[in-house]
Amino acid sequence: MNWLSKYLPKIVLAPSFAAIIWFVYAFIGWTVYISFTNSKILPVYEFYGVINYFKLWSMPRWYVAIENLFIFSVLFLIICLVLGILLAIMLDQKIRMEGALKTIYLYPMALSFIVTGTVWKWMLNPTMGIEKLFQDWGFANFTFDWLTTPGLSIYCVVIAGVWQSSGFVMALFLAGLRSIDDQIIKAAKIDGAGIFNIYGKIILPMMKPVFFSAIVILIHISIKSYDLVVALTAGGPGISSDMPAVFMTAHAFHRSQIGIASTSAVMMVMAVLAIVVPYLYSELRKH
Amino acid sequence: MSQTIDFATLEQKSKIKNIILRWSLYFFLILFALYYLAPLYVMIITSLKSMAEIRQGNLLSLPKEILFDAWKVAWGGREYDAGNVYLRPYFWNSTKMVVPAVLVSTFLGAMNGYVLTKWRFKYDNLFFLMLLIGSFIPYQAILLPMARTLGTVGLSNSVLGLICVHSIYGIPFTTLFFRNYYISLPNELVKAARIDGAGFFKIFFKIILPISTPIIVVTVIWQFTNIWNDFLFGSSFSFGEAAPIQVALNNMVLTSTSVKEYNVDMAAAIIAGFPTLVVYVLLGKYFIRGLTAGSVKG
Repeated sequence: MNWLSKYLPKIVLAPSFAAIIWFVYAFIGWTVYISFTNSKILPVYEFYGVINYFKLWSMPRWYVAIENLFIFSVLFLIICLVLGILLAIMLDQKIRMEGALKTIYLYPMALSFIVTGTVWKWMLNPTMGIEKLFQDWGFANFTFDWLTTPGLSIYCVVIAGVWQSSGFVMALFLAGLRSIDDQIIKAAKIDGAGIFNIYGKIILPMMKPVFFSAIVILIHISIKSYDLVVALTAGGPGISSDMPAVFMTAHAFHRSQIGIASTSAVMMVMAVLAIVVPYLYSELRKH
Repeated sequence: MSQTIDFATLEQKSKIKNIILRWSLYFFLILFALYYLAPLYVMIITSLKSMAEIRQGNLLSLPKEILFDAWKVAWGGREYDAGNVYLRPYFWNSTKMVVPAVLVSTFLGAMNGYVLTKWRFKYDNLFFLMLLIGSFIPYQAILLPMARTLGTVGLSNSVLGLICVHSIYGIPFTTLFFRNYYISLPNELVKAARIDGAGFFKIFFKIILPISTPIIVVTVIWQFTNIWNDFLFGSSFSFGEAAPIQVALNNMVLTSTSVKEYNVDMAAAIIAGFPTLVVYVLLGKYFIRGLTAGSVKG
């Protein structure tokens, strides 16, 4: 009985611990190992070296995916940050209906990327969507067919992604703004600083940690983004809006190339770790 | 003399400036609100139109006649078309999946958080760090071995399989939520109860759990939203009849029959988004708290 009560906390923790070790770390280990084998439809365990890595980095489709990841994450990051900060600052001006507005700005976060993709696919539809709307409004020559144009469809993913996630950046920054002492703003106002100077030169520089969190989370979303691409463009037209996560599942489940699929998954893990490890390091050092 | 006049006009000027600033502030706030609301508006009105009207009008034009036909088709299908996809069975799949997965992962998270903060042991921080990194890992790195494991134990393409997957990969998030909440509870609470002879479980159920309501709500909403909205696990580990609703919605939209029915697509999208949207509107405060807590994980 004494023995039991001594070890009880550890026994309670053990199933979760075992699950994480096995289903997270051992599984990642398996994927890493498979990336060093010549596995096609089924895993083979014979060591094959780093050939898959060379193969992956010589595949034109992988370059399309990487290029799109770059385009998407840069634009997604910048637009979400600008929009989110702007909304947060505007909401912080002691306005009426703040609760209602906040609810409106953030509700897309409650919807899935599939729902988001479905509605934007309809709105960005070249013949009947926004294009037709502007033509009806009198702009007879207005065309907006990015969704079906190779090389431009990735920007449609950005448009829908920003709509879905920018409210989240607003919530982060609003929470940050609320934690700043009012006295600072009052003092700056007495000194004659204008509203733009107060935010640009005093408040925002104080919010470095919020920037840091927001940037890490937005890049993390970018690297993992899969659902939205599938629902909005399915990687198309052709493979022109492919992203690493779409590339991975395509090779894993449809093209029977699990060696290459695992290699691309390893690249994704490395990309995430490169961003997250410094972040966690600085976060944990604070405590 | 001149100084006072200057002062008065300055004040007058700044008053006007303030009013203009205030009005433009509201103008932009409402403009942005319209931008965020537009897709929802488009979804709703499109779902209430007939296809003929959709072709005639445009995205924003109101329906001349409100029809619920598209909703009926999206939910229950058509009687004559044998191969069509409709959402009713998949809605129940998702319900059957989300309820147990949320309960299991939340309960495990609460227990883990309790142990990690109130029954600390050597290297417990290492486990915490492992969880933390685990919550960031892109799931592509575990998809293939998980698919094989589910196949080996006979759980591929089943709701039970998805319950297990979501419960397991929910543990890092739920544990973090509870750990961060319990760490702020005074340790004296536990110490005093232990002196009184209360054991591990008694302290948890009688003392800790009753004061955990806020974090339970946050965690349940977080898990519910994530699991209901999941597409990656659903599409990788299930197909056909066992698929969750997001997978079914995507299949519905992709199914290219002779004519594309945007009204049915929009009704289906609203149905698939409805449960999380309702939770968000009713309990938005907790939803936001989960979002911001999940982001700053330290």
